[in-house]
Amino acid sequence: MGALQSLPDEPEYRDLSEKTGFSFEQIGILHKRFKQLSHNEDTLRRDDLNTIPDLSCNPIRTQIIEAFFDKRNFHQNGEGTVQEISFEEFLVVMSHFRPPALDMTEEQREIIRREKLRFLFNMHDTDNDGTITLEEYRHVVEELLSRSGALGKETAKGIADAAMLEVASISMGHMEPDEFYEGITFEHFLKILKDIEIETRMNIRFLNMDTTNLCKKINSQQDHYLQVNGEQKIA
Amino acid sequence: MPAFSCAFPGCRRDLLVIVLVVFVGIGLPIEASAPAYQSHGTEGSHLTNITNTKKAFPVLAVNYEHVRKPFEIALWILLALLMKLGFHLIPRLSAVVPESCLLIVVGLLVGGLIKVIGEEPPVLDSQLFFLCLLPPIILDAGYFLPIRPFTENVGTILVFAVIGTLWNAFFMGGLLYALCQIESVGLSGVDLLACLLFGSIVSAVDPVAVLAVFEEIHINELVHILVFGESLLNDAVTVVLYNLFEEFSKVGTVTVLDVFLGVVCFFVVSLGGVLVGAIYGFLAAFTSRFTSHTRVIEPLFVFLYSYMAYLSSEMFHLSGIMALIACGVVMRPYVEANISHKSYTTIKYFLKMWSSVSETLIFIFLGVSTVAGPHAWNWTFVITTVILCLVSRVLGVIGLTFIINKFRIVKLTKKDQFIVAYGGLRGAIAFSLGYLLSNSHQMRNLFLTAIITVIFFTVFVQGMTIRPLVELLAVKKKKESKPSINEEIHTEFLDHLLTGVEGVCGHYGHYHWKEKLNRFNKTYVKRWLIAGENFKEPELIAFYRKMELKQAIMMVESGQLPSVLPSTISMQNIQPRAIPRVSKKREEEIRRILRANLQNNKQKMRSRSYSRHTLFDADEEDNVSEVRLRKTKMEMERRVSVMERRMSHYLTVPANRESPRPGVRRVRFESDNQVFSADSFPTVHFEQPSPPSTPDAVSLEEEEEEEVPKRPSLKADIEGPRGNASDNHQGELDYQRLARCLSDPGPNKDKEDDDPFMSC
Repeated sequence: MGALQSLPDEPEYRDLSEKTGFSFEQIGILHKRFKQLSHNEDTLRRDDLNTIPDLSCNPIRTQIIEAFFDKRNFHQNGEGTVQEISFEEFLVVMSHFRPPALDMTEEQREIIRREKLRFLFNMHDTDNDGTITLEEYRHVVEELLSRSGALGKETAKGIADAAMLEVASISMGHMEPDEFYEGITFEHFLKILKDIEIETRMNIRFLNMDTTNLCKKINSQQDHYLQVNGEQKIA
Repeated sequence: MPAFSCAFPGCRRDLLVIVLVVFVGIGLPIEASAPAYQSHGTEGSHLTNITNTKKAFPVLAVNYEHVRKPFEIALWILLALLMKLGFHLIPRLSAVVPESCLLIVVGLLVGGLIKVIGEEPPVLDSQLFFLCLLPPIILDAGYFLPIRPFTENVGTILVFAVIGTLWNAFFMGGLLYALCQIESVGLSGVDLLACLLFGSIVSAVDPVAVLAVFEEIHINELVHILVFGESLLNDAVTVVLYNLFEEFSKVGTVTVLDVFLGVVCFFVVSLGGVLVGAIYGFLAAFTSRFTSHTRVIEPLFVFLYSYMAYLSSEMFHLSGIMALIACGVVMRPYVEANISHKSYTTIKYFLKMWSSVSETLIFIFLGVSTVAGPHAWNWTFVITTVILCLVSRVLGVIGLTFIINKFRIVKLTKKDQFIVAYGGLRGAIAFSLGYLLSNSHQMRNLFLTAIITVIFFTVFVQGMTIRPLVELLAVKKKKESKPSINEEIHTEFLDHLLTGVEGVCGHYGHYHWKEKLNRFNKTYVKRWLIAGENFKEPELIAFYRKMELKQAIMMVESGQLPSVLPSTISMQNIQPRAIPRVSKKREEEIRRILRANLQNNKQKMRSRSYSRHTLFDADEEDNVSEVRLRKTKMEMERRVSVMERRMSHYLTVPANRESPRPGVRRVRFESDNQVFSADSFPTVHFEQPSPPSTPDAVSLEEEEEEEVPKRPSLKADIEGPRGNASDNHQGELDYQRLARCLSDPGPNKDKEDDDPFMSC
């Protein structure tokens, strides 16, 4: 599609706003960003996210991108992954990073906490069996330390093992030597991370003002080849 | 809680009586000896003037003047510390009344006593305060400043510190001037500038008082860092306002240019202070890179560079407090990567010790100065000052929070606002600044009295009531959490995740810039400031090693083999495999062997003597190797069954095997020339040839490796694996010894006295 796409009108935004909790301005800005990333198409693909220059030096880039295409994060009780996502799904994934409102009750905060921790859990539990096994946890730590070369690999195993032991002791307390700890379930995950106060930590600022012009300048390398191909960009 | 339990019920009381007697006795000799010396002196000269008769050789003579100054200083400090000791012996008192109040009361008593005797009680000399008493407290605060909450809230803190203090100063100064205009008060001579000067002195939240009170209430991190950060950062504002109004009140008039210059001055003072501090911080970090051979003086570098930063910025009338904070914050990550564990402990304890002594002395002197100082009491002025302090603080906090909450992700609740407003205590800085006012100010005494009243009010009333209020309002308390490796992993994971999502969103927020700073730090700065190869180490690994080291040292200190984690859960529980179980009897035997040897090793370690210069090297080695010893033994206990199983496997495997990480072992040989046990660890050799699919082996190895790279001279981790025949040979010998050990039906207790673990 080459033509400029008009922004969806109010009723659609209202729907999305109710579903995800973003304000209209925020949805508008995120929509612009979505179009920028997807090169004006209706759906976003993995490659679109892969080309973001900011993500290139992030050690957990693959997991982040996978999280966007993970059906479990779409709040529709789906499973598995998809190849491309629509704007609505993009927005739903983003809504995991909204801060809780000031006037929320304790129960509402608890729900938000569970939601955010569920997102994290899904990122770790790649085979979707409901538990984070030792292998999966090792993979997580290895990715985190993937910048340190050979040193990282060995210590990653040790760190992951120690972490697993810690979870096991906190959640299970006492185990017979021949019992086997299958993996971190979601409840155990909640338990070990309850001190982090995730609902205040796992947030990013969603702008109410449009700064896409600024971003366009910075992402100009990404847009260069598009201009060469003659595609139009949203200003 | 009393530190010790008394055999008799009355002995606590007796101790208090002794303490009281001591400090009563202190006042008398000081004053009594002064006139005594004078008479002695005249007598001596009288004698020599009159006659040449030989007088008897003075066997015992008193020369107090010779030691007067240090004697008095030491005596005062001793008094302060005895008081502090005394308070903690009375359990109920220290739970209700914060220490600062008690110390002020003691100061009042001592001052009263001295006055009764007829001497002039010493006033808190501003020079002494600013150059000697304040820096340790600020350095302690700055060095141990929790960086993460501070940087996350730095915008809010700055708004409170700068705009809040400005608001307080002008609000109070203005209203007090309006008050003075009222005829009935009788203060019509006070002009606006003097009032504004007074306002600027009294408006600043004091870090010493805040620290003293907040230490005891354990409030949640956010509120703590807000109040505390504000008290630290408002120093720049206070300095500028104070100097500004001091200058102006001499001249008497203010022009627009002056105001503009004042604003410029503020930026110069604050940024200049931070710059000076950062420069000294980098110097300290750079110096610490080379201290691996002179570990004993490492802490001194930290203290001296920081103090130089403070003095240098005070020299230029920049903000000394901000310089100290900047110095501590900048140098800490690099210095801690370079110095030994003992130096770190030394720094921590010295800073805590000095800041504790300083704080105690400050409060006592406040009490004494109250009795001493010239007072001019004016009911209206003083009461109005106190009320205005509270009112302006509350208004300021509410107003600013309203604006700030629009920009914060995590908003400040009403409870938070209340604690921030109520915790705005004034303290000794305000008093010293007031004392510094030259005597030409006609209102100086009145101002001093008002300042002291405000300080007393905030420290006593607000300090004492804040604890029950915190309980009443059910404000969130600080979570007492042990360092958890899971939390650390997820904190780092979250950092990267949020940076990534910000990248997807396309705007550059908090996390993006933090990531950029981290990368810059890693590639350029760390390279220069961290010794050896440690700079490549990611934070997570450093954290993990520190945690392991702490656990191991805990084991060393407690002298037994507790496991930090409940001992029933071990690696077996999380590893998927089918294990033939070893018999319980065998397990018990092996445990007994291990325990016995551990006791022996500990005794041997203790008897080693060391000289002053090799203090750290020897002990460090001992500690690290002992740590390794115990850690590995703890792991060994857990994996006893695994080892048994593998024995049969290894008996058939040829000795000459390719070792995945011989570099580690080689390093051990180099450094452990004297340590008997580390060389002959069987465990690493034992498990080393196992196929990588069994995770235990590998994790045991890098536990070994983790403690090793603490020392900068060891570069084994970075170098690639190198085959070495001698290593394998040694390994083979060790393995054989272990095999013998484990197949031995029973240990011989006497034999183990001389032999290390292996040759049983």
